[in-house]
Amino acid sequence: MRHGKNRFLIGALAAPLLLYGVFVVSPYAQAFYLAFTDWNGLAGQADNVGFANFTALWSDGLFLAALRNNGLMLLAVPLLTIVLALFFAALLTMGRSDRHGGFRGSGAYRIVYFFPQLLSVAILGVLFQFVYTPNNGLLNGLLEALGLGSLTRSWLAEPAWALPAVMAVMVWAAVGFYVVLFAAAMESIPRDVLEAARLDGAGRLTTFRRITLPFVWDTVQVAYVYLGILALDGFALVQIMTVGPGGPDNATEVVGLTLYRAAFTYGEFGYASAMGVTLFFITLTLTALALRATRRERVEIA
Amino acid sequence: MRRKATDAVLHVVLLGWAALVTLPLVWAVVSSLKTDAEIFASPWSVPEAPQWDNWARAWQEAHIGRYLLNTLIVVGGALALVMLLGSLTAYCLARYEFRGNRLIYYALVAGMLFPVFLALVPLFFVVDQLGMLGTYHGLILVYAAYALPFTVFFLHAFFRGLPTAVTEAAFLDGCSHTAAFFKVMLPMARPGMVSVGIFNFLGLWNQYLLPLVLNPDPDRYVLAQGLAALAVSQGYRSDFSGLFAGLIIAILPVLAAYVLFQRQIRSGLTAGAVR
Repeated sequence: MRHGKNRFLIGALAAPLLLYGVFVVSPYAQAFYLAFTDWNGLAGQADNVGFANFTALWSDGLFLAALRNNGLMLLAVPLLTIVLALFFAALLTMGRSDRHGGFRGSGAYRIVYFFPQLLSVAILGVLFQFVYTPNNGLLNGLLEALGLGSLTRSWLAEPAWALPAVMAVMVWAAVGFYVVLFAAAMESIPRDVLEAARLDGAGRLTTFRRITLPFVWDTVQVAYVYLGILALDGFALVQIMTVGPGGPDNATEVVGLTLYRAAFTYGEFGYASAMGVTLFFITLTLTALALRATRRERVEIA
Repeated sequence: MRRKATDAVLHVVLLGWAALVTLPLVWAVVSSLKTDAEIFASPWSVPEAPQWDNWARAWQEAHIGRYLLNTLIVVGGALALVMLLGSLTAYCLARYEFRGNRLIYYALVAGMLFPVFLALVPLFFVVDQLGMLGTYHGLILVYAAYALPFTVFFLHAFFRGLPTAVTEAAFLDGCSHTAAFFKVMLPMARPGMVSVGIFNFLGLWNQYLLPLVLNPDPDRYVLAQGLAALAVSQGYRSDFSGLFAGLIIAILPVLAAYVLFQRQIRSGLTAGAVR
């Protein structure tokens, strides 16, 4: 090796580590400390309050509503997205066993499906606020055009429909990305395996369940974790789209919004940090659980 | 015969989702060219004459043009910074043995596990104390810092995979460590740099939470922030057509990039996910 190695390493690593230490590590570390104080932003006035912030969280109706809503999103959004994406990916790669390559137009579908992934949450929020507008919005207009005028409603103003409306946007935006991801995984299944299944008389459904799904399971697992993280957020969409925001009747309140409001509207920085710490442990636990629960025999091909 | 019938059903189902994806976007484009009266009349009406004035109004009066410029400055600066620092860090960690190497690597990668919400409150005060609230350089540094973990993680694997013989040859030719990195290794890592660059660009372009908290100055608003503020502010509510136009202007750069580089963008983003 050449001389000057240490000088090079120090020169190269000093700036990124300083940047990372100041803006990432130190805030995370401080958050764990602040969560145990009653700090309200004034210098020198942070008293240690032990677990008081955390016990207060469990009787805070708003926070509990937020947890419930994030929980519902966590149940519905990843599941719906993955089922839809697997379905479309299976359709896009269908017939690989008896034809060469995908069918015509398969690439065009992928191009179109993927695009919403590129839209920022702010754009999604504004766009779908319009889509859900009661009088001249696209959704009600579509329902009327289809003769389903009785189903039209003020989507974001009714407590029962506001949260599903938000979740629909998440699913709408995410499906295409996972179609592309799953379709790529499905295409890497060796053709002779599919052919063998077909010769053995396996139908499309059996083939999907017995061969395709086990092959792409790793990818599904990754998708589940990513979508779970997405469902635990939801802040931007809710903050931009919903009435209140978080309404009506806290129907769309999410943890991120409660935290943001506690900190930057009410100045309860210690309390907000306790929410952040809680959110962190929830995320960590769920990620570990999801990875464990979905663990299966890996399919290895030599 | 049977295959033809199945193919038809297949296309109907697939077209159904394609329509669901494109319809809101097409509708927004058409609405951005209507008058407010036409928008209120019916979601299906076609504009009598395209109101390009809406676009001009959004660009000028609603400051979409300025927000776009702010976004370009902040995202461009942060992207350049994180690509430089991230590739350097990844290269050092992947190719040099030294004490603390593993520690630094895991400390960086662990950054991907933490929700940004956890850091939000202290981060605000850190940036405030540095006097960087509402400044371009403040946002650039924070963006770069939060994009660093993934960049290092992704490129670390990439640099590991490059042959060692090449650097050794470069050293024999009298290359310094710095020159070996910039002249030899970095060009070899180009495919990885492109993937992670696209990933970072979109991630930073779409940032909403960080600017919302750290960038309170309306003159410095980034696009996502400005657009959301417009939609929320009641005063602007009366100008639906202008807001639609602003929305379309905000979508266009990404759409243009996608049309030009759709293959690279899709593979870049999906490669980022399976790592």
